[in-house]
Amino acid sequence: MSEVKVETKGSKRKTGLPFIDCDIHNEVPSPDALKPYLSQRWRQYMEMVGTRTYHGFAQHIPYPKGNAGGTRQDAWPPNGGIPGSDLNFMRKQLLDPLNMEIGILNCLYRVAEQLNDEFSAALARAVNDWQMEEWLDKEPRLRASIVIPYENAEFAVEEINRVASHPGFVQVLFLPRTREPLGRRRYWKIYEAAENHGLPIVIHFAGLGGNAITSHGFPSYYIEDHTTMAQAFQSQVISMVCEGVFERFPGLRVALLEGGFAWLPSLMWRLDQQWKRLHAEVPFLKRKPSEYIREHMRVTTQPMEEPPKLEYLLQVIEWLGSNEMLMFSTDYPHWDYDSPELAFPAKFPIELKKKIFYDNARAFYRFK
Amino acid sequence: MAQHRVATVDEIRPGERKIVQLEGRSIGVFNVKGTFYALRNVCPHQGAEVCLGSIGGMTVCGNQEDGTLSELRFEKAGEILRCPWHGWEFEIRTGKSIFNPLGCYIKNYPVTIGQKDVADGETLRVETYPTSVEEKFIIVHL
Ligand code: FES
Repeated sequence: MSEVKVETKGSKRKTGLPFIDCDIHNEVPSPDALKPYLSQRWRQYMEMVGTRTYHGFAQHIPYPKGNAGGTRQDAWPPNGGIPGSDLNFMRKQLLDPLNMEIGILNCLYRVAEQLNDEFSAALARAVNDWQMEEWLDKEPRLRASIVIPYENAEFAVEEINRVASHPGFVQVLFLPRTREPLGRRRYWKIYEAAENHGLPIVIHFAGLGGNAITSHGFPSYYIEDHTTMAQAFQSQVISMVCEGVFERFPGLRVALLEGGFAWLPSLMWRLDQQWKRLHAEVPFLKRKPSEYIREHMRVTTQPMEEPPKLEYLLQVIEWLGSNEMLMFSTDYPHWDYDSPELAFPAKFPIELKKKIFYDNARAFYRFK
Repeated sequence: MAQHRVATVDEIRPGERKIVQLEGRSIGVFNVKGTFYALRNVCPHQGAEVCLGSIGGMTVCGNQEDGTLSELRFEKAGEILRCPWHGWEFEIRTGKSIFNPLGCYIKNYPVTIGQKDVADGETLRVETYPTSVEEKFIIVHL
């Protein structure tokens, strides 16, 4: 009688403003789930060698962090699987009760961090096939990111070309801790392919690259690592703009997921200021850096910036110089989930909220 | 103040809790080392069902004698509720958050048991529903 009862009441009632959720995580339940999608060669490799990445965790990612599994404590599905691995439970906990029209899945299975490029490509194929079969073909409200072995552009382009025609795939996924800054040439072929297919690329918080998270080495604590991820995003924005990616691929759209946004205005000011003096070094930049950012880049809201006063938040959004850059996301089922009903202060202007919840993402993804 | 009989005392053993619906509100009734407390099942942060969170203690740094950071202690085992979403921590006895006790707290309600007045001040704080135990029953007062 003293059990903890999980409330299900009201799960049929849709509440709140309609919204597009730009960041949901579907989790591969275990490496076994990918085996049907791997060739004999890679199944055997997985059994014999397993994963080899920059960190020492052969079986899985080094979690818990924050909460067990890095997730909301109430997101563990009753079937005993890991959070995000059970579509039915996701429907019950996220898709049905809230007024979500479209949700975009970002599967963070460690594909591109593999040191073996061929295995990385095989995993990307397996994860994408699994996403089509287990998620996209089963749930019309969901869309997904194409997972790619982005450290090998040739393989990444092959994978984009292979699956881009599936209507459920709406973008191409990167994690921010890449081997080199994302503006550099080794990644350009990927941008070209994404542009050709009309797909945005997104960079999502996560990952353990071979480089330290800071420019001065590895910090001691998770709280540092978690906060410092914003720096990783900042360097990627600077790199993509300064290498002229948006001049070379004028149709390319980029979204930054879960990297925060309060830092973006000051970064734009600083870049513009430097550009006035140093543009001769980067003569292929025809416009102010901030213009590329405003035109080509979008940012998701979660984890919502929580300054002590609402007016500070509105000030930051005004400083962005555009009310079209922010797109709402929950990050379900991760522990820093944002509730569509309560992540925004009660007095947040409703018109702006509607843009953030719906219009901006719809325009960016060209949803009908 | 309405009284609600929510359980017998044996139903919720030390370290356990029960979630009940009272007057349309979801409320968590906790047994902390033999004393009962009732907290509104809504987190002041983003509204998660906070009473479904894990129950534990807290790590405190500081030497009680010399004030230096030389000592680490684990305190209040079984008295701290950790929100299942973003992990904000609250004292079950008071509803108050650890990081900002005066500014951030869970509504709580008085709880009583039988004829004995167990509301020793602890249970009557921040929007707790009073609880009493009549006979062997736990009573939450809304
Ligand atoms: S909702 Fe409880 S800590 Fe955020």
